[in-house]
Amino acid sequence: TGHKVGADDWVAEMLLIRDDRCQTSFAAIFGHFAPRLKAFLIRSGLTPAVSEDLVQDVMQTVWRKADMFDPRRASVATWLFTIARNRRIDFLRKHARPEPEDLPWGPEAEPDQAEVIGLKQESDVLRQALRDLPEKQRVLVEKAYFGDLTHTEIAAETGLPLGTIKSRIRLALDRLRHAMSS
Amino acid sequence: MSVPMIRHHLPDSLLMAYSTGTLPEAFDLAIATHLSLCDACRAAAESYDALGGALLEETDDKVEMTSGAFDALMARLGESSAPEPATKRPRDPVLPEPLASYVGGELEAARWRPVGRGVRQAMIPLTDKSATARLLHIPAGTAVPDHGHRGTEITLVLQGAFTDADGTFARGDVEVATDELDHMPVADIAEDCICLAVTDAPLQFKALLPRIAQPFLGI
Ligand SMILES: [Zn+2]
Ligand SMILES: [Zn+2]
Repeated sequence: TGHKVGADDWVAEMLLIRDDRCQTSFAAIFGHFAPRLKAFLIRSGLTPAVSEDLVQDVMQTVWRKADMFDPRRASVATWLFTIARNRRIDFLRKHARPEPEDLPWGPEAEPDQAEVIGLKQESDVLRQALRDLPEKQRVLVEKAYFGDLTHTEIAAETGLPLGTIKSRIRLALDRLRHAMSS
Repeated sequence: MSVPMIRHHLPDSLLMAYSTGTLPEAFDLAIATHLSLCDACRAAAESYDALGGALLEETDDKVEMTSGAFDALMARLGESSAPEPATKRPRDPVLPEPLASYVGGELEAARWRPVGRGVRQAMIPLTDKSATARLLHIPAGTAVPDHGHRGTEITLVLQGAFTDADGTFARGDVEVATDELDHMPVADIAEDCICLAVTDAPLQFKALLPRIAQPFLGI
C-alpha cells in the first residue's frame, strides 16, 4: 500500500524499511541482494549452508539496524557489502572486526538531500566505470574482492606474474578514480 | 582528541586489503586505529568499500537462497528483540578506538613487561594468531635495537615520535616495513614514544644480545 519507488532505487527502499518498516521494500532488497551476497560468501571459501546462514544474519541486520543506514555516506550495496564482509570475518574469527571510531556527524537530524543525491551520482559513475573496464581488469578486481585472494594467490590461480597483477589492479583503480573525478 | 598532522599514511594495497577483508586481525587493528586518526585514509578506505558495493550490485554471480528463506527470516524477525545498546567508552587521550577496547580501556590497563634498555612492551590479545600486535613504550631518546624484517611490520605512533632512516614519525604516522628495511628507530628526546607495532613474522635482530632476548620478547 502506497509502495511506489523506481526500479533499483535501493535508497528509497531502505528509507521505507527504516521509516515505515515496509516489508515490500525489504523483500525487494532481499530478492536482489541475498543471492549475490550468497555467491560472494561462497566464493570467499564458505560452504553454501554457512553462506546462507550468514546472508540471513546480514538481512536481519538490515531490518533491525535500518536507522544506521546513512545515504550520505554509502550506497545500499556498499552498506550491505561491509555488513557481509564483517559478518564473514566475525564468523571466521569468532571476534568482531576492529572498526574505526564513529565520526560525529553534523547536528542536522535529516540528511541533506543534495549529499544523498551526490553520493548516488558518484555510485552510478563508479558502476559505469566498472562496466567499462576491460574484461581482464574487471575479473582481477572482482577476484580481489570476492575470491578471498591476495595478490600472490591471484598470481598462483591465474598464472600471471605478480607484477602484472599489481599493476593491473592499480590500473583498474586508476581508471575508476579517473572516471570518478572527470 | 586533537587532530594530528599526519605525514606518513597507509599504502593503497593495505587499504584495499582492509576493505576486502583479507588481512590478519592484527593488521585490521592497526589500520582501523590509523583510520580513527586520519581522514585522508578513512576516505580512501571508504572508496574501496564503495568499489566492493559496486561490484556486488553489478555482479551476475548469484546463488539462489533455499526456498522459504525469506519467510523464515520474517518469522525470525517477528520474535521480540531489544535493540542492542551502543556501548561507548570514555575517550583515552593516547589510545583511539578500536585499540582502546583491545587493550581494555586505557594505557595503564595494558600488560606491560620490561624488555630491556627501559623499553616496555604489552602484547595485545588477539583471537587470530597469524600476526601479532603489541604496544611499545620507548623512553625519550632511547634506540630500539637494529633489526630487519622477514614479513611485514606496521608501526603506528600514538605518542611522541621516533626517527629512523625513513624519516620522523609522530602521532598518527604509520611506517610500513618489509623485508628490505633494516632500521634502528630512535625515540625523540621530548617525550616517551608509544607505538602500536603489528607484524606477521618475527623480527630479526642484528646484535647477539637482542637475538638471545628475542624469545622473551615474544616477537
Ligand atoms: Zn592516513
Ligand atoms: Zn622494525
